[in-house]
Amino acid sequence: MSPIAFLRKPTFWLIVLATLAFAFVPLWHDNVELREELLIAAIYIILAANLNLMIGYAGYINFGNIVFFGLGGYVCVWLVSSHGWPLVAAALAGAAGVSFVALLFGLGILRLRGAYFALSTIGVNEGVKAFVANFTPWGGSTGIYLSIEAFQPLGGPKQALWVIYLLLVAVMGLSLLLSYAIKTSKFGLGLLAIGQNEDAAAVLGVPTPRYKALVYSASAFLPAAAGALFFFKSAFIQPDDAFDLVFSTEAIVAVMLGGQGTVIGPALGAFLYEELRSTLLTSQTFSNFQMVIAGVLLLVIVLFVPGGLMGWIHRRWPRAKRVLE
Amino acid sequence: MKRYWRAAIAALILCVGSAFAADDTLTIGFTVSQTGSLNLDSIAQLHGFEMWRDDVNAAGGIKAGDRRYKIAFVSYDDQSQGGRVQQLYTRLIVEDKAQFLFSPYSSGLVATATVISEQYGKLMMSIGGAEGKTYQLGNKFLFQTYTSADHYLSGAIELVKSKNASAKVALVYSDDPFSKAVAIAAREQAKQAGLQIVLDESYPPAQTDFSAIINKVVSSGADTLLGGGHYPDGATLARQLYDQKVNLKWATLLVAPDSPQFSSLGPAAQGISVPSQWAPQVKYKPDFGPTPAEFAKRFEAKYNIAPGYHAAGGYSGGMLFQHAIEQAGSIEPEKVAAELNKMDVTTLWGSTKFSTDPKSHGLQLAHQMVLTQWQMKNGQLVKEVVWPLAAATAPVVYPYR
Amino acid sequence: MFGILASIIDGVLVGSVYGLAAMGLTLIWGVMNVINLSHGAMIVAGMFGLFYLSTLLGAPAYAAIPPVVVAGFAVGVGLYWIAVHRMIGRPPLMSLLATFSVNMVLIGLGTTVWGTVLFNVPVSLPGITWQGYTFTGTHIMAAVVTGAIAGLLYLFLYRTRPGKAIRAVASNREAAELNGIPTRQVLSLAFGLGIALACSSGALIATMFPFTVLSGTAYQLKSFVVTVLGGLGNPAGALLGGVALGLLEGLMTPFMPVSWTLIAEFVVFVIVLIAFPGGLFNFRRS
Repeated sequence: MSPIAFLRKPTFWLIVLATLAFAFVPLWHDNVELREELLIAAIYIILAANLNLMIGYAGYINFGNIVFFGLGGYVCVWLVSSHGWPLVAAALAGAAGVSFVALLFGLGILRLRGAYFALSTIGVNEGVKAFVANFTPWGGSTGIYLSIEAFQPLGGPKQALWVIYLLLVAVMGLSLLLSYAIKTSKFGLGLLAIGQNEDAAAVLGVPTPRYKALVYSASAFLPAAAGALFFFKSAFIQPDDAFDLVFSTEAIVAVMLGGQGTVIGPALGAFLYEELRSTLLTSQTFSNFQMVIAGVLLLVIVLFVPGGLMGWIHRRWPRAKRVLE
Repeated sequence: MKRYWRAAIAALILCVGSAFAADDTLTIGFTVSQTGSLNLDSIAQLHGFEMWRDDVNAAGGIKAGDRRYKIAFVSYDDQSQGGRVQQLYTRLIVEDKAQFLFSPYSSGLVATATVISEQYGKLMMSIGGAEGKTYQLGNKFLFQTYTSADHYLSGAIELVKSKNASAKVALVYSDDPFSKAVAIAAREQAKQAGLQIVLDESYPPAQTDFSAIINKVVSSGADTLLGGGHYPDGATLARQLYDQKVNLKWATLLVAPDSPQFSSLGPAAQGISVPSQWAPQVKYKPDFGPTPAEFAKRFEAKYNIAPGYHAAGGYSGGMLFQHAIEQAGSIEPEKVAAELNKMDVTTLWGSTKFSTDPKSHGLQLAHQMVLTQWQMKNGQLVKEVVWPLAAATAPVVYPYR
Repeated sequence: MFGILASIIDGVLVGSVYGLAAMGLTLIWGVMNVINLSHGAMIVAGMFGLFYLSTLLGAPAYAAIPPVVVAGFAVGVGLYWIAVHRMIGRPPLMSLLATFSVNMVLIGLGTTVWGTVLFNVPVSLPGITWQGYTFTGTHIMAAVVTGAIAGLLYLFLYRTRPGKAIRAVASNREAAELNGIPTRQVLSLAFGLGIALACSSGALIATMFPFTVLSGTAYQLKSFVVTVLGGLGNPAGALLGGVALGLLEGLMTPFMPVSWTLIAEFVVFVIVLIAFPGGLFNFRRS
């Protein structure tokens, strides 16, 4: 779709509005509480929207999607701490590097179909985690710490936290726009065909190996950038936090909850899931319950409502499909 | 007439108001590992915190200048996971408006919490974290109460050297920030003492099957084992060493054997030694606060279990913090920090002095460690201080079994 | 020299239990094309089952294993009728997500109830000491029990009617239906059997090592590696695969830091997935 055509689509403006809201509402009143909450929500949205490219469009479940997030974080923090790179350059390097490695890797594991691919992604995540835990230049299992000086170029910790937040919101907006742009392109059509029936798609002339590798690589870029920003903010990265399979799982729940294959769905699912999670986070009895609730949600969706929230909305109000894609 | 009434009412309000003002609260925030692998020692530390808070509030609160502050805690469960710590400390500062912070338990978690406390400019007492690297990252408001990790195994190494100058050492430790920091220093210290290191390996903290690494210990011909990590892996390692009948003359494990629970391992616990930040038998003469014996007696009466060093550390950390406020006469962070920077005192915990060098601010300089060993006394397993000799309460048992 | 041999022998002993765990996974996978991602939770259930039976009844740990196996079978059949039978014939990715979510629920409930406290079943058996190395009695016994269970399974699958029915359904479900085999019942039987195997392996692991609610994940990952090595739906292959994995671990540990073995396992996993989709021990194909 041509850029001008985008400007006429309500979905496009919805994305822009949401992004601006995320950016300016906390900024308006210097509301640090809200900013911290929305920051986590933004990260879930980024992970879900990019994961949707694999699950929703191409129909490949990436259980280990968090590996991009963690590796992006590692590259960025390492470049900043050992080589003194500025944040934005390091984050971009992380995103580009991880995306490239994903392309190479993808050419290998994307030969696998369906469940085998899904299992291999778990293997990739755990393997990378075990490797990084033994990789001394990256701090091994103790990880890398950033000194407080790292925040000086951004104007000191207080201001740096705002800058990082706004950058993350930008990445979130880009994730949603990317998702939308792909869906409405020829590339996206090919992906959806692969998702429906890969053999038929191949017979009809869709270059399946190339498309699969490209989408795997594309789904890595923005989560890697988000990881870079997030771990820079945390001033600390270690293998268990960077490659947390639980986080990876939550992204899957978010995508399925909101509606895989739609543009708005994953973002909605991520936002709702994050609200639920943060309510449970500090509750004494229920802090472990988040896994139970996430699991029940996922089970119910998979068995009864595979289209998720957006799927239900589209069926109930077919005309909404034009506005909320 | 009206003027007098107004004055009287104003005076009355002032009196009532100041009576209320006398009961201000000071909110201290922290996370506890209620669940997860660190929970045993973290909860012991929490008991120390709580006993301190109850003692302070029973005495009417902390005196800061002409105001008194009662202590109120706000805490969350970090589940022994670094990932939660930052979110929870941010919440403590931003939503719960904690004025001061205590650290989580264990070096790794302290490091992540420090990022947040420094980002928001809050003073944090580091209690339960021994790793020294955290203090090299340029902090202004962090103060370490534990002896740094570098010193943990120096006592054991000296002891082993004195018994057998050609001992063969196996260094087997958990792959976590604290144990690694201890191992790095121990390696150097062993070399300097002329001991031979025949095995040097780390294991994942969640490891439950030590048979492979124990086989390597046997293959290496080691007669001394130094290492471990925290409670779960330390206890399991001790048990499996016993099951596999490894022929050692000495074994010192970190953290785990300090817990009273360790004795439940029975014969597997006998002879094992642990570097301790504190033991109930120490004879320090405090400048203020209870003596070690008084503290141990009251703690045992309150919690039905003898205090290990984690509980003593929790209590002492609170006490040192209180002393700084009392000396400063105020609860302003800069003034309290200035007092902590000046501090050079002895309490039930031992000596305390914080580094003021910006390259290592907050690092603990004065506190000393002891080595305690589980020994059989009248058919019961008890912990005795065996090193340094000046502080010993019983002769060391070497070979340990 | 002896150290390497000791390491290999111990690896084989423990590896047989990995094989037992994988046998359950591969049976379910092969018979009904469902990848049970709640396999780890079932292993943990076996661990807890043994713990409570042996502490409650005070029975010697090994006597508690048969009840755990039977209970596991019952749970498996129940699970089949509640959730799994809806997934037969559906896109495999859906069953993957469904069993995955069941796993999340079970582990989540487990951590809520038991936290992540370490549980230990005290078992003391005399071991065999040789050249300074001790093979603990529990490891030896675990391998023996695994062999016994594997033997029983073989007898069941090849010498009894229900067993042959399972193999028929695994081979070609439609043909089996046409031959009058009640496929639904057979599938539920197979699923129950798979879960029983998982629980039994958990029980045996509990006799050897301490465990937490989260221990199942590591063994589930090993089960996948083993299943892939041994070939889908091939229980004999799974057992051999487990022994092979244990052998590999035993071979590697004397030469490299223990923490590297995990990396090697995953590399093996991904390579075998890509290069040997049929598994290394797939005797059926040849």
